[in-house]
Amino acid sequence: MTADGPNGSEPPDEALESAPIQAIRLRHPWRTVLAGVLILLLALFVIDAARRPAYDWPSVAKYIFDRRISRAAVNTLQLMVYAMVIAIVLGVILAVMRLTPNPVVKSVAWFYIWVFRGTPVYVQLVFWGLLAVIYQNIDIGIPFMKPWFSFETNAALSTFTLAVIGLGLNEASYMSEIVRAGLLSVNRGQEEAATALGMSWFQTMRRIILPQSMRVIIPPTGNEVISMLKTTSLVTAVPYSFDLYTRSRDISAETFNPIPMLIVASIWYLFFTSILMVGQYFLEKRFARGVGDRQPDRKVVAGADPPASPGAGGVR
Amino acid sequence: MVLADRVSKSFGTNQVLKSISLTVKRGEVMCLVGPSGSGKSTFLRCINHLEVVSAGRLSVDGDLIGYREANGRLYELHPREAARQRREIGMVFQLFNLFPHMTALQNVMEAPQVVKGLSKTQAEQRARDLLDRVGLADRSDYYPAHLSGGQQQRVAIARALAMEPKLMLFDEPTSALDPELVGEVLDVMKGLAKSGMTMIVVTHEMGFAREVADSFVFMDGGVVMESGKPSEVLANPQHKRTQAFLSKVL
Ligand SMILES: Nc1ncnc2c1ncn2[C@@H]1O[C@H](COP(=O)(O)OP(=O)(O)OP(=O)(O)O)[C@@H](O)[C@H]1O
Ligand SMILES: [Mg+2]
Repeated sequence: MTADGPNGSEPPDEALESAPIQAIRLRHPWRTVLAGVLILLLALFVIDAARRPAYDWPSVAKYIFDRRISRAAVNTLQLMVYAMVIAIVLGVILAVMRLTPNPVVKSVAWFYIWVFRGTPVYVQLVFWGLLAVIYQNIDIGIPFMKPWFSFETNAALSTFTLAVIGLGLNEASYMSEIVRAGLLSVNRGQEEAATALGMSWFQTMRRIILPQSMRVIIPPTGNEVISMLKTTSLVTAVPYSFDLYTRSRDISAETFNPIPMLIVASIWYLFFTSILMVGQYFLEKRFARGVGDRQPDRKVVAGADPPASPGAGGVR
Repeated sequence: MVLADRVSKSFGTNQVLKSISLTVKRGEVMCLVGPSGSGKSTFLRCINHLEVVSAGRLSVDGDLIGYREANGRLYELHPREAARQRREIGMVFQLFNLFPHMTALQNVMEAPQVVKGLSKTQAEQRARDLLDRVGLADRSDYYPAHLSGGQQQRVAIARALAMEPKLMLFDEPTSALDPELVGEVLDVMKGLAKSGMTMIVVTHEMGFAREVADSFVFMDGGVVMESGKPSEVLANPQHKRTQAFLSKVL
């Protein structure tokens, strides 16, 4: 006998087994009221906005798929993607540099972050725009010797390239801190286990620490990607003027009607942001491998352990 | 196989190991026992060069650990050389330290592929054999999070064995396990000892020590208090501290 019934030591029989709970759900009247009020306010705003001539909806509709605007949207997307690729690659390198046992490498990374995180991105973009003024020619080779390559800065680097470099190098300093936080979040025992297996410091980073840190790195990186999408509107400082914001402002300068163009630009930004958020969701799922509560793909663990049968190892 | 000659280790002013001298012969199993903080883990970590010895000499299979000796002077080893030495020494941790982003099979395949450059098929073949040997052939595609503690520790043993070490170090391999899971891990270790593996085991499992160990060492406060055949030390401890400790764990 394992359990005592309510009246002594009766074995629990069918009739005494408790019925499934059917409770009255707790009501949340205030939630409903709040939601109702908000919907009402939103409806009022929408109806009012639809009628208000200042928004000029016909112009919004006309310009949203305007060739110049969609071209600019693609440019903005490209600026963001290229700059983020630079930022992530360089950010990982900088973060790893800051964690090496090598003090020289460490200080280089520290100095980079100090400069690029310590000055406004707008100022940096203006500087990149003036690159050709400061350095008319760029020589590659050994100092004080005849250079291997030499090119004129203005001809070699378009404003688009300069904008990408400026955004990317600035963002790298932020990305490196995000990556570093991720690397530090991995349990020390992992590094120890890998080292004990004879893996080098670099192998340990690449194969063991970095993949595990992704879970911590991805959410703030998603943030940075979205933030970068909007920071591209500053590239007019270079000056590069074919991004979404600058282009829509230029058009409104011709039409003397800024509000619909702002709406057009916002819709495009929102559209891209939404796509990015979906992408982030799937990336996060991918790197949750082994830590989520997902069961292994092939088998469902049944309550009890099946006896280990030699040779029964799964064959994919 | 393992030769420790007056090994000392300090962290700052705290001397954790005090002139430890020990030998473990090829194929022998040594059990290292002692109260918490006595320096057992530190000693194992020194053998694997995860810690740097402050005085004395430590060698494994004739190789001085962590240094090269020439003309009566010691030269620090390049990390690459240190990594080469570690390959020959397997280590099993109290908290398993499996790689959580890899399946059991991938955990075992990883080091042979990355460090020894084995092809994927070779590494997989070896990993499947080893998982079979620790009785986990049917768990090869599970992630560590979906394995019990005992299963995780057995995967960790297989992972260490995959590098074909000449020496295995175990740091309290069963003390993080539920009592009913201890047996399965000890069984694997017994099998390993029988196959002739040289092992140093830090443990509080006196039954295991009595049955498997060739030598038994009791450490306290960073000093070897007593050593000898497990049957003799366990039955008839000479030192007061040993008696006091054993009366608590037995
Ligand atoms: N990295 C470190 N820095 C400073 N002190 C340390 C370090 N590692 C260990 N110690 C100290 O060394 C002493 C011995 O530690 P060690 O982990 O070797 O003990 P142990 O015998 O393994 O104990 P336990 O049974 O609790 O695992 C302890 O006093 C500990 O505080
Ligand atoms: Mg310990």
